[in-house]
Amino acid sequence: MTATDLAIVLPEVFLALFAIGSLLFAAYTAKDDLGPALTWATAAVFVGIAGWVALSGDTNRTAFNGMFIDDGFARFAKVVVLLSGAAVLVMTQEFLTRRGLMKFEYPLLIALATVGMMMMVSAGDLMALYMGLELQSLALYVVAALRRDSPRSTEAGLKYFVLGALSSGMLLYGASLVYGFAGTTQFAGIITTADEGGMSIGLLIGLVFVISGLAFKVSAAPFHMWTPDVYEGSPTAVTAFFATAPKVAAMALFARVMHDAFGNAVGDWQQIVAFLAVISMFLGAIAAIGQKDMKRLMAYSSIAHMGYALVGLAAGTEKGVSAMLLYMAIYVTMNIGTFAFILTMERDGVHATSIDGVRGLSKREPIKALALLVLLFSLAGVPPMVGFFGKFAVLTAAVDAGLGWLAVAGAVASVIGAYYYLRLVYFMYFGEETDAAIDGAMPTVQWGFLVASAALMILGIVNLFGVDGAATLAAITLVN
Amino acid sequence: METILLFAPLIGSLICGFGWRVISEQGAMVVATGLLFLSAFLSWVVFLSFDGVTEQIQIMRWIESGTLATDWAIRLDRLTAIMLIVITTVSSLVHLYSFGYMAHDDHFREGESYRPRFFAYLSFFTFAMLMLVTADNLVQMFFGWEGVGVASYLLIGFYFRKESAGAASIKAFVVNRVGDFGFALGIFALFFLVDSINMDDVFAAAPELANTTITFLWGEWNAIEVICVLLFIGAMGKSAQLLLHTWLPDAMEGPTPVSALIHAATMVTAGVFLVCRMSPLMEFAPGATTFIVYLGATTAFFAATVGLVQNDIKRVIAYSTCSQLGYMFVAAGVGVYSAAMFHLLTHAFFKAMLFLGAGSVIHGMHHEQDMRNYGGLRKKLPYTFWAMMIGTLAITGVGIPLTHIGFAGFLSKDAIIESAWGAQTVAGTYGFWMLVIAACMTSFYSWRLMFLTFYGEARGDKHTHEHAHESPTVMLIPLGVLAVGAILAGMVWFKPFFGDTESVAKFYGIPVAGAEAHDESHADDSHAADDHSDDHAADGPAEDSHADESHAETAVASDDHSDDHAEEGGHGDGHHAAFGGQPGEGALFIGPENKVLDHAHEAPKWVKVSPFIAMLLGFLLAFQMYIRRPDLPAKLAENQKPLYDFLINKWYFDEIYDFLFVRPAQAIGKFLWKRGDGNVIDGGINGLAMGVIPFFTRLAGRAQSGYLFHYVFAMIIGIVVLVTWMSLSGGAH
Repeated sequence: MTATDLAIVLPEVFLALFAIGSLLFAAYTAKDDLGPALTWATAAVFVGIAGWVALSGDTNRTAFNGMFIDDGFARFAKVVVLLSGAAVLVMTQEFLTRRGLMKFEYPLLIALATVGMMMMVSAGDLMALYMGLELQSLALYVVAALRRDSPRSTEAGLKYFVLGALSSGMLLYGASLVYGFAGTTQFAGIITTADEGGMSIGLLIGLVFVISGLAFKVSAAPFHMWTPDVYEGSPTAVTAFFATAPKVAAMALFARVMHDAFGNAVGDWQQIVAFLAVISMFLGAIAAIGQKDMKRLMAYSSIAHMGYALVGLAAGTEKGVSAMLLYMAIYVTMNIGTFAFILTMERDGVHATSIDGVRGLSKREPIKALALLVLLFSLAGVPPMVGFFGKFAVLTAAVDAGLGWLAVAGAVASVIGAYYYLRLVYFMYFGEETDAAIDGAMPTVQWGFLVASAALMILGIVNLFGVDGAATLAAITLVN
Repeated sequence: METILLFAPLIGSLICGFGWRVISEQGAMVVATGLLFLSAFLSWVVFLSFDGVTEQIQIMRWIESGTLATDWAIRLDRLTAIMLIVITTVSSLVHLYSFGYMAHDDHFREGESYRPRFFAYLSFFTFAMLMLVTADNLVQMFFGWEGVGVASYLLIGFYFRKESAGAASIKAFVVNRVGDFGFALGIFALFFLVDSINMDDVFAAAPELANTTITFLWGEWNAIEVICVLLFIGAMGKSAQLLLHTWLPDAMEGPTPVSALIHAATMVTAGVFLVCRMSPLMEFAPGATTFIVYLGATTAFFAATVGLVQNDIKRVIAYSTCSQLGYMFVAAGVGVYSAAMFHLLTHAFFKAMLFLGAGSVIHGMHHEQDMRNYGGLRKKLPYTFWAMMIGTLAITGVGIPLTHIGFAGFLSKDAIIESAWGAQTVAGTYGFWMLVIAACMTSFYSWRLMFLTFYGEARGDKHTHEHAHESPTVMLIPLGVLAVGAILAGMVWFKPFFGDTESVAKFYGIPVAGAEAHDESHADDSHAADDHSDDHAADGPAEDSHADESHAETAVASDDHSDDHAEEGGHGDGHHAAFGGQPGEGALFIGPENKVLDHAHEAPKWVKVSPFIAMLLGFLLAFQMYIRRPDLPAKLAENQKPLYDFLINKWYFDEIYDFLFVRPAQAIGKFLWKRGDGNVIDGGINGLAMGVIPFFTRLAGRAQSGYLFHYVFAMIIGIVVLVTWMSLSGGAH
């Protein structure tokens, strides 16, 4: 352990120390009264670290004998994770305060989960991977059950924990198989053994188990079952976080493992990933149709979106990774806006997330309705919204990689998926107002996020704010 | 000036169509009409001051795509100049006339605004037509071609509450589409072979195209023949020639001013204009031009026979138009393009007048169109009567035989009939006889129209007859102006259109190859002139005026059969200048082999007199049947029932088309709609959206039971499937 190694992991160390220090500080002082202040402070730290990471040069370095990798890909993922985490924190603070959930542990658990995520995307070794994954997961299990007095919230936390444990078990089993057949836990070592010709059956099965564990984290079908229940049961603020930063981190980790450890056996994992992608896209689209609750709807929506991101990954090319990163960045932006709206859905002061609430919204709140319309169109992938370009990028990557059938499947699934997004638009603009209609006012912060997110969906069509260029640079460092 | 001339109608149309709410209905109509009169005035200035040299005025770069580079440009030559005056004159008069005709209309509700729309359409039509005739390349021409098609569609269906008008407008559009398809194919073929669609390039390539073959449909063909036939198919559609003529009579559903402007004077002559414009190509395509002659002659005959028995006043004139267009095509087909243009010009005057006259009668008779319900209107509508009389005298071709004195139709129609004879081919002879017979029938149905309408007892609704009234002055002025044209147009312009070679060549800006001995037997008479002009043959047109004089001198002492021509100009002495120049030089190109004009002038006397005799015959027959023995037509129809039915049903063309094309198309359409679209596509989509996907949605909902062990089970199944799959397939191997 040298000074150089520490210098490389300094952002993570700083964030971890900040979380632990704040925890101790708050525990011995004002406790929950410090909640809002800590939330803002954490968000500020996130933004600060994001800037730090983004501007820390473009060199690729490894630390701790290859356990930890700091390259362009990791930095891109970290910036997206940190910024989306900060956005969610800022956006949810008011909500939590109003609902009496503003505990001082919340921002600090999020901070610890984020440390785990930063660890994940930089992992260069199966051990580092596992450590990052568990740090993130344990923190998230706890925040899922943040509302301890609510059976649903506790149920969500418990389900998440049990199923998460199972998936961790599968991941560990896969990791041990890989170690057994490759003789090393380091990605750089595995890649020399695991090439197309020489994949032993044990290594192959290990690969399947590792992928299954990762698929659980990105909530790809058929490992998605926890998602709707956890999304619905958790407090909406927590759901908003689940739907954004952890997805990016898990997706980035997925790409990291596939390319860094199994980059010479693309043909092997491509089939599995494509299979997961197709199932996720169709399941997400079809199952969402039956949903009556916004949060469950967004759960299936995120399953479908992970399917599209996996299409990019399945391409197995640099372009595919770049498309996947772009897709995730766009996905996160859209979801922040949408959750900003969901956070403020209430009737008579009670949080009410039934989709019937938006009926006739356009007449009462034209600007909100318009912003949500733009976001929903973007989620559905209707041009010219930015969401379309995300889908277009991943499908193009798939076609270029010779996976035309996958692109066609994606297009078909997006048609099916458009139904439930457009149904919401229909409710807003043509629906008759019912008893369930939401009536809450919208605090400035959420309103700002909603409108800004919608505006980005339209303004982004000019050049996607250069994110695609950054994603391409990031992908180059991963795939070579 | 040309640009103003061209765009004034467009501006008028836009102001009138969109701005009438601002400047009031009356104001909008006045603006549109005023701009058209300006356009007409400028057209006459252009026509009279035009010196015969082709000008190209570029307006803007239009299309650049690959090797296709096209300007939006005006091609101003004699053909264009003629069309300009025809279009703008008739159009401006029709605008004026419409003030009266469209003043009240039962087809529209009280207070509904329809007049600005009508004027806007008329002006838009005029603009599109001007685009067509001024086109410097085929795409621009096609733009105009389709533009007039749209305007025609809109105006035929102007009475949109009338079902038959809607049907007629669709019919016109669809039938024209068949022709347009041919035209478009012709343009494609030209672009394919020449790699350009600019007139100059296309014309220059004509001799080369004549030696090229092209694979089309099932065989190898001479390229230029294929192109000319395809272009002519376009012309057939627009000019309502046989097989594609069925839309024209139905187009009479439109308001009468529209019939006069579009379906008599201008748009329908676009086909003739196209053939003349393409003369550099046509001259190299003997097969195609023979086809044109046969088709034109047959159309002239067919339409005349149908015209004999029609009872709707506008339909009679419509068939007459169809027939007269056949005449023009015969002239163009035998190679005397100038005669075709001549008839086009005179026809525009007298046919527009007949239509406007008919409109005046219809207006006066409260929109009654059946001639059987007219009769004795001479006194009630004196001005209209005299206008129609002049129109009839013009169309039947009244004049003094063997001279050049007569109504417009006399000169131009005789010119065509002589040209057909002068072709000295089988097709030409066929054309000659068909046209003479058609001339007889033309005379018959025209006089029948006059007699049924203006003479005899008042028939039909008494009330209507009592209230029959002469039209307002705004409707009579255009009649008067057109009457002047119908009387004088022929005599004034005989020489440049159908005079001797030199004057025709000068008029159209065609270089003259120089005088040469035409006929051995006359060589002696003109020896001096021969030598004289041979010397100058190489010096080109500049010397021609000099040569002209010497012709005239010798002509005085010349031989017998060309007395009448000798007065007209230096011609007929058995010695002619020949048309020269390259394809694309001048407004027309007439090949060196083409001597039809000369032959036409040398036709025997009986040929020259024959149309007059035919006309007289037709008149006498009509007089006998409708004045002296008004009971005769009914009896004849009774006696000759099969023939009468055949004619009254227009040779059963509509029925045959209905059986051959319409019904099968409807059947296919219905099948594709009900079975293909309805059952398969809609059924598939609906089944998928309302059956299959909801089924899976329910399934997914059931799987999401909330029980942990179900969730775990799903994950394990997933793992098992993946592991099994990978083990069996061995990964990528």
